[in-house]
Amino acid sequence: MTDPQKPAVAPESLLAAPDQASQSQIDGEIADLHAEFARRAAAGERLPMTVLNFPPYRSSVLRSPTKDPKHTDPETIELWSPAFGQRDVTAIEADLTLNAGPGEPQGERITVTGRLLDSWGRPVRNQLIEIWQANAGGRYIHKRDQHPAPIDPNFTGAGRTITNDSGEYKFTTIKPGPYPWKNHVNAWRPAHIHFSVFGTSFTQRIVTQMYFPGDPLFALDPIYNTIRDQKDRDRLVGVYDHDQTVPEFSMGYRFDIVVDGPEQTWFENASWFDDEEEQ
Amino acid sequence: MSTAADRGAGRAPEKTLAPTPGQTVGPFFAFGTDFPKKHEIVFPHSPGAIVLSGRVLDGAGQPVPDAMVEIWQADSDGAVPRARGALSRDDHTFTGFGRAFTNDEGRFEFWTREPGSVRGEAPFFAVIVYARGLPDKLHTRFYPPEDEERLAADPLLSSLSAEERATLVLQRTPEGWLRQDVRLQGERETVFLSF
Repeated sequence: MTDPQKPAVAPESLLAAPDQASQSQIDGEIADLHAEFARRAAAGERLPMTVLNFPPYRSSVLRSPTKDPKHTDPETIELWSPAFGQRDVTAIEADLTLNAGPGEPQGERITVTGRLLDSWGRPVRNQLIEIWQANAGGRYIHKRDQHPAPIDPNFTGAGRTITNDSGEYKFTTIKPGPYPWKNHVNAWRPAHIHFSVFGTSFTQRIVTQMYFPGDPLFALDPIYNTIRDQKDRDRLVGVYDHDQTVPEFSMGYRFDIVVDGPEQTWFENASWFDDEEEQ
Repeated sequence: MSTAADRGAGRAPEKTLAPTPGQTVGPFFAFGTDFPKKHEIVFPHSPGAIVLSGRVLDGAGQPVPDAMVEIWQADSDGAVPRARGALSRDDHTFTGFGRAFTNDEGRFEFWTREPGSVRGEAPFFAVIVYARGLPDKLHTRFYPPEDEERLAADPLLSSLSAEERATLVLQRTPEGWLRQDVRLQGERETVFLSF
């Protein structure tokens, strides 16, 4: 237990893993764990898509449950979701190239668009999507990010939007750079955009990350590889979409998001759509 | 909202799409998920307002200073907030949704009201925890402690050992407020849920 006389450890010092392993050691640990999970899945064990206790991601060792979650039926409030509407956000919040400073941010301008769907392919309408990311140089606007890449005065890297009646969303932003971190020696995160998404049931809530196709850092990254199966990891990679590029202006990527939920959400979502019509 | 009878009457069709996997919220969520008064579901000190608080602790019992906790709940009369605008804070509308970042001591707190029973079940706060170092979200529930009859009838609580149950039932503080810690791992690990 925490000693009340002892001040809490400064969060900055928690960000570096104590052992500072080499990349090749981390690679070996990832390969061994993926092989073990593949064996267990093949033997019929039900495993989550994202592994919670994944030692190559060093800070997961003490921060993830060691017991299996208790499977339970969602009840009442869990089958609804907070209600969002267009008045929760303003249009400019979806354009990260405009919502920060007086000038244009540095970097490769991109559109990121996609559909928010449930497990049955139905559009999830009027729900909140929040994103945050590093700038083109891989630097976050955050006091705990102190690595020596430049801050861009015209870019915060935070945006929000509400899905439309077809479940679509669209952000204009800058392609983020890779980001160095202190999980192990010379650790770099592949370029990514954090997504926080609400479904029509609270059980469908998801926080995830979108990556960019062909990133050479995928195999090296313990966080991306907390997802144990390649086909699941592939679904976090945005797809280059030439139809979304804007001539002489920006590149375009598609990233569709599917919120999961137990069978009960099929019925609850159906009635959600009825409720919407009343407004 | 469909009724329990509706839900029992049929089965949902086969799912056609594979879900998007979750990832850690990372260390820098604070600038992406902030909004004004995010932890004030009701106006502080307004009639019926209480503080729901606790700490997020790791497997060594140390505070987790970079966690995010969300709660979603019915109002005291059991009404589920349906009006749009869950991020807006006009200081009188009950939106039922709140978000808090832990501080250096791992502490989170919300200003809210007691949740009511929606359909006669034991009332609870639906809770989700995210943190740097936690590869995916964790669902749990916090139940106010007083309604012993409904707590005893609750399907989840009644399936747990006394020790597990104690991680989900809130403690009433001398001020009449509510508190419970989230232990991510180890002794008295919080019971987390899958659906």
